[in-house]
Amino acid sequence: MKRLMIGNEAIARGAYEAGATVATAYPGTPSTEIVSSFAKFDGVYAEWSPNEKVALEVGIGASIGGARILVAMKHVGVNVAADPLYTFAYTGVNGGLVLVSADDPGMHSSQNEQDNRGYGKFAKIPVLEPTDSQEALEFCKMGFDISEKFDTPVMLRITTRLAHSQTMVETGEKEEYEVKGYKKNAPKYVMLPANARGRHVEVEKRMLELKEYAESSELNWIELADTKIGIITSGVPYQYVKEAMPGVSILKLGMVNPLPETLIKEFAQKVDRLVVIEELEPVIEEQIKSWGIQVEGKELFSLLGEYSPELIEKVLKGVNNEDMYGLVKEIPGRPPLLCPGCPHRGVFYTLRKMRLIVAGDIGCYTLGALSPLDGIDTTICMGASIGTAMGMEKARGEEFAEKMVAVIGDSTFVHSGITPLIDIVYNQGTSTVLILDNDTTAMTGHQEHPATGKTITSQPTRKLDLVALVKSVGIENVQVVDPLKLDELQNALKEELGKREPSVIIAKRPCALIERQPSGVKYYVDPELCTGCKLCIRIGCTGINFLDEEKIAVMNDNNCVGCGLCPQICKFDAIKVLEV
Amino acid sequence: MSKQVTDILIVGVGGQGTLLTSRILADVAVQMGYDVKVSEIHGMAQRGGSVVTQVRYGKKVYSPIIKKGDADILLAFEKLEAARWLDYIKPDGMVIINDERVDPLPVMSGKVKYPEDIVDKIQNLIPNTRLINATEIAGQCGNARAANVVLVGVLAAVAGLPVKEMESAIRALVPEKAININLKAFEEGMKIIAD
Ligand SMILES: Cc1ncc(C[n+]2csc(CCOP(=O)(O)OP(=O)(O)O)c2C)c(N)n1
Ligand code: SF4
Ligand code: SF4
Repeated sequence: MKRLMIGNEAIARGAYEAGATVATAYPGTPSTEIVSSFAKFDGVYAEWSPNEKVALEVGIGASIGGARILVAMKHVGVNVAADPLYTFAYTGVNGGLVLVSADDPGMHSSQNEQDNRGYGKFAKIPVLEPTDSQEALEFCKMGFDISEKFDTPVMLRITTRLAHSQTMVETGEKEEYEVKGYKKNAPKYVMLPANARGRHVEVEKRMLELKEYAESSELNWIELADTKIGIITSGVPYQYVKEAMPGVSILKLGMVNPLPETLIKEFAQKVDRLVVIEELEPVIEEQIKSWGIQVEGKELFSLLGEYSPELIEKVLKGVNNEDMYGLVKEIPGRPPLLCPGCPHRGVFYTLRKMRLIVAGDIGCYTLGALSPLDGIDTTICMGASIGTAMGMEKARGEEFAEKMVAVIGDSTFVHSGITPLIDIVYNQGTSTVLILDNDTTAMTGHQEHPATGKTITSQPTRKLDLVALVKSVGIENVQVVDPLKLDELQNALKEELGKREPSVIIAKRPCALIERQPSGVKYYVDPELCTGCKLCIRIGCTGINFLDEEKIAVMNDNNCVGCGLCPQICKFDAIKVLEV
Repeated sequence: MSKQVTDILIVGVGGQGTLLTSRILADVAVQMGYDVKVSEIHGMAQRGGSVVTQVRYGKKVYSPIIKKGDADILLAFEKLEAARWLDYIKPDGMVIINDERVDPLPVMSGKVKYPEDIVDKIQNLIPNTRLINATEIAGQCGNARAANVVLVGVLAAVAGLPVKEMESAIRALVPEKAININLKAFEEGMKIIAD
């Protein structure tokens, strides 16, 4: 029977049916559910790796060891894993390896919208792009066959819309896959220059074979109809085209690297006007142009954001439904915000109050950059906070470092914060690094990580000791504080910022969503004492609101979890414990 | 409905239970033998941002997202969100609004005012708009948190979905001890439209 599945779950199912027994990942929206779903199958091994580079390296080992393996990450994760990826493209595989890259056109939850189809061309690996959950399952399975047949890692490129849309899936039977034998093969797996030169020849041969395969593969097909216009497309945009332009001729590409040149030429000859519809970069368009074929693409469709059926109607049919009712402009935005009781809130309130410059990082705490907290100066990529702080110090001097902190979450610190911390010690920086240890990877939906002491299947494991770790790299000034005790936090910051030595402050308190017991304490605002100064409103908590007419603050009992932060902020002691 | 595909947009604020609603709806559409696609963007759903789920069912569905100006029904768990997503509804579509106000941050911090007359404005644009006090009705059924299932009842009545299948989907998707309250909430929701 058919059932609904999000794309991510379908990919996990496809890997399982193909006999994959190992899956690795570092969480990242929109890829996270792939390996967390896979982990639920019987008889498989799955892990949250500390970062994407490790995830891929474990995958490479499992492949050389003979198993079929699924590795998943969000688009920017592939940057972290790019080093092993480029060379693994040379060695090739033993057991098949499918690497899922979950791109995010429109940046629903990412810091950029890079197009990872580009990796296919640069790393010289085949790239498959499914259009719905059924294809996600099937392409994942086929990916393993292609991987072994052509001796290459295969990239399965998806986007947020596929990852998180549920469409109907007919599942299949699990194939019996026997883990392949292992034989030492240094010329293939030891990438010394002499060996690598030999492997590069193989890579180029393989690309030619793959190109031939693409010409006749069932992955690519032509739907010939009205020939006035022919559209070349792939992925979810294929569905948008079917919706918006019924009856046009379509060349649907399931394999976007390498491209089937002959098939495309054949299609081009059959239609009067040729248009490529691809989100983000003109990856397909530029190659077609390089063959001297006349084609339209980015002069019609944007390089930015996610496409939609109405966008295609607008561009190709001139139908415009933007702002139909003229109401949307008046509507105040609804930005996401830190939860009531979030341990990060007090940190950004304090940093702002102390007027510190904040090199920020990525996680829930990035929301501390938004108004009214306005507490972050820079955010680049995971792990960048510490190196950025070091660089600012080296540019502007140690005095500057006394007014500046790096802020990084616990999962992010393990992901890529340790090496820059070593840089600070080694190259005699004096920065103060604040690790926000909320005992989870909250941003992506609360995954375990090495410092939570639990594995992907919630099994207990050795817990990474952050205090011992930072001490062992040479940080002598280490303090652990409760971020909901503002005095404690502020004193620690003052003390450590004053030292011309590197320091680490670990702000330790679990995420309010994993320890869901409200404190039991209820508060009220004493209207006699409240002066209407709005200081408490500046922490951006939905547990406390401001009444414009009465000019006083009131608790919102539906939202307040009684964390006790706002009472510490009020200068007039107007927020009091409600005795019951 | 004259179209081949029924398009329903469910909008609200992270944490309001929009996901359960779309799940019940999608479940039933599958049971009815339709092709179904559901699209949800939930990156920031737990953090109180604006959330939207799109449910499409029919003989054959292509796009997982609804075209602007095409939705048959817009179900809003919060008033402001109804206005934010209004461009998706077709002029003769139906807007169902839960009479609930959740202030977004710019309103909470006093930067902008909550547009008080927003429901009237919507009503002027889309004649078939219904404001429903789901929270109160759910409270009368035994738990205000079943408000989303009251709205499911309204939706079922409007979209003409089969009651038996809806009830079994509710049974399957809500916690065991809340089943009776939720079935009552569903029934009350259906009644609103029947009346
Ligand atoms: C290279 C890379 N991988 C994954 C992500 C997705 N991502 C963003 S923040 C984050 C981790 C957040 O965890 P933590 O640092 O503990 O902060 P919290 O959200 O718990 O406050 C992840 C996995 C990313 N942005 N970049
Ligand atoms: S999920 Fe946890 S860490 Fe993230 S905002 Fe909420 S309380 Fe804070
Ligand atoms: S005590 Fe104050 S800061 Fe904490 S949750 Fe309640 S309103 Fe928010």
